[in-house]
Amino acid sequence: MTADTQLSNPAPAESLSSGTPLGRARGLGSAREGAHHWGVERLAAAATLALLVWLAVSLLRLPALDHATVTQWLKAPLVAVPMLLLILAMFRHLQMGLIVVIEDYAHDEGNRLILIALVNLASIFGGALALFSVLKIAFAPLGAG
Amino acid sequence: MLVSILHRITGFGLATLGAGLFVWWLYAAASGAEAYAAFVGWATWKWALIVPVGLTWAAWQHILSGLRHLVMDTGAGYELSANRFWAWMTVIGALLLTLLTWAYIYWRAGA
Repeated sequence: MTADTQLSNPAPAESLSSGTPLGRARGLGSAREGAHHWGVERLAAAATLALLVWLAVSLLRLPALDHATVTQWLKAPLVAVPMLLLILAMFRHLQMGLIVVIEDYAHDEGNRLILIALVNLASIFGGALALFSVLKIAFAPLGAG
Repeated sequence: MLVSILHRITGFGLATLGAGLFVWWLYAAASGAEAYAAFVGWATWKWALIVPVGLTWAAWQHILSGLRHLVMDTGAGYELSANRFWAWMTVIGALLLTLLTWAYIYWRAGA
């Protein structure tokens, strides 16, 4: 087996002599964390669903969706806090979901690592921007929108 | 099989377009009335209505097929006819719920 097929074929087991133990395990994920990862995936999904339902119902019940109404609404602690939690849950969920898709379809190890890094960066940036926006609205003095 | 692929496609659309619009909405709200008006202008442009309607369908489809996967995680529903029945129910249910959601939005907008 050449080093080349090693890289493009992360699931070995076809031969006993397919490279070093590290080479065979690399890219397959860390050991002993599977159950925890599985639980976090489902927790993030369930929290996203519950909080998204809350957001949709809240928005549909608002008398209008103009700037003044929405920012006034976002200032209430019992609105701002669920919004912050929704952002955390949703971005964690979409980050984990996109990584699952990449792991299944990007077979080249190099591409896979780059795509996963991009997903991580974009999720963190998008989530941070959303969190900051909610905090800015919530902490802005009244009337300053 | 079809529903499993739909789950991934809708999830991908929601994670990119859906999350992008969600961040744009909050960022615009935090940037002031003018930026917010620009967002509302784009979001309610009638030729772009396919986007919010499409995202509503994607969200319902992803939620229903996600709940189906959660039930299957418990080991239930693997019998072939039950499996096929619930797979189709997620597709029909998502279309019905999308219709109901937008009927409600139009009823609210008109009232």
